[in-house]
Amino acid sequence: MSAQLSTRIWQETASADSAYQAEVARCHGYDVYGELLGRITWPQMLLLMLTGELPTATQAALASDLMVALANPGPRHPAVHAAMAGAVGGSPAAACLQAALAVGAGRAGGAREVFEAVTAWRACKGDFTALPTMLETTQNEALDIWPRHASWPGFGPYDATTPLPVRQAIAQLARHVPDGALSYLDRHETALRSLAGEGLNFCGVSAAASFDLGLDAAQAEMLHLLLTLPGAAAHALEQRTTHYKAFPYGGVELGDDPDAVVPSREAA
Amino acid sequence: MSRQAAHPLDAHRGPLRTRVGAAFPGTRAVFRGHDLHRDLADASWLDLYVFGLLGRRLERPQLELLSSMWATTSYPDTRLWNNRVAALAASTRSSGTLGLSAALAVSEASIYGRQIDLRAMDFLQRALRASSQADSDQARDEKLLECIRSELAQRRKIAGFGRPINGHDERIAPLRARAQALGLHDGPFCRLVQHIERLLLAHRYRLRMNYAALTASLCADMGLDVRQYYLCSFPAFLAGMLPCYLEALEKPAHAVMPQRVEDVQYTGVAPRSWPSD
Repeated sequence: MSAQLSTRIWQETASADSAYQAEVARCHGYDVYGELLGRITWPQMLLLMLTGELPTATQAALASDLMVALANPGPRHPAVHAAMAGAVGGSPAAACLQAALAVGAGRAGGAREVFEAVTAWRACKGDFTALPTMLETTQNEALDIWPRHASWPGFGPYDATTPLPVRQAIAQLARHVPDGALSYLDRHETALRSLAGEGLNFCGVSAAASFDLGLDAAQAEMLHLLLTLPGAAAHALEQRTTHYKAFPYGGVELGDDPDAVVPSREAA
Repeated sequence: MSRQAAHPLDAHRGPLRTRVGAAFPGTRAVFRGHDLHRDLADASWLDLYVFGLLGRRLERPQLELLSSMWATTSYPDTRLWNNRVAALAASTRSSGTLGLSAALAVSEASIYGRQIDLRAMDFLQRALRASSQADSDQARDEKLLECIRSELAQRRKIAGFGRPINGHDERIAPLRARAQALGLHDGPFCRLVQHIERLLLAHRYRLRMNYAALTASLCADMGLDVRQYYLCSFPAFLAGMLPCYLEALEKPAHAVMPQRVEDVQYTGVAPRSWPSD
């Protein structure tokens, strides 16, 4: 076991006043507070941390647009719903985001779906016509902590059409990389959804954008988790300001009630 | 009138349709078809936990063995990666529930904890299936060796066998003794796991059974499948985490494994300047 923590990302220089204070902090060689702050944007900083390199203007613009596109999956998304369910009962802010992360991590509409879709894009080795085959084969390892999901990663579930916001996001993001994965989706959306039997979703957008940014599957998974949190945070905060009775609880039909001849019902 | 076709999710809108239970505040609660406070009044927490998972109740000795399994691996050592999360949470004066739940989530690791649980039981199930097709002891050993070689070729390791740092697993003897005392030491999976260990050593693989193989075999002999075993093991490390959190609270803030600036080794690129605009 190593006796020392090591990193190739962050370099600190100790202050003369305290061995526990940094005087200079460098990210992949760049002085964060003396040079980067005030000159670079949040997307540039994020890409620098993830990839170790200065993003091009195109990459930074694509990342910025991706951040807007993923910022809020909306209150119907299970991850945001989870954050709201945390907030309505007065759970800590971190518990609400922890809930959003756990629910937004999965294979169906979550970060693991992005991981699998990026794995498929990278397996194409530049020949995007192989994408359907790769999507079919890279999903759903038989033995895994992630439960199985029937859809191709980046598609579905359920609807045969691609929602307008997803098509709008693909069209806008694809402008940054005319020969990339997003552009391929933009041009072949009809054919791909026909093969998949389901339309594209935002995980598909996230995966293609991450691929175009040069990220690997693990980086893309982490980025997706990060970028979908703002909506969860905003909706959680909103929920705190409303009475818990305004948050739907719903009725129940209990199919295995020990005290009922017919299934018991409780009104919503 | 909407022209939209019926959607598969429409069937799930409206009241929650469930068979696992519900709470009826002020009157009763139903737990998997039983009144919680009437029919399950005698159930311990562990009994209920397992019933919630399996939909059937285990015998008392089986519950005691599960409890012993988790007690045997509950180490209040703050250096352990998952325990460290709980302690670090205390060091920043974060809440106990946040720290402990994050520590349990971290326990779903690939080189220890829940992912190893999955793979260990899966390997044993495949090995038992393969060996049951053999019609002689020699043929059975051949089948098992095929499983071993295939697993090593595919993953370069066998979940449940071998252990980094120290090949001897101190948890095996006390847990085996407990299983023996409870009469739960001689099921088909327990016999299999011991036979695999003998085969591995006889063929110079130098891989001894570790805790994961033993607990997977014990649970498989209780009738748990892979996913049930994985879910059942969720609280396995929890008892060791609480002392780590509490001790860290007694220390000053940030006093869990504190790092001076010089303690962190930098291995990245040399200082450079951001290109001018």
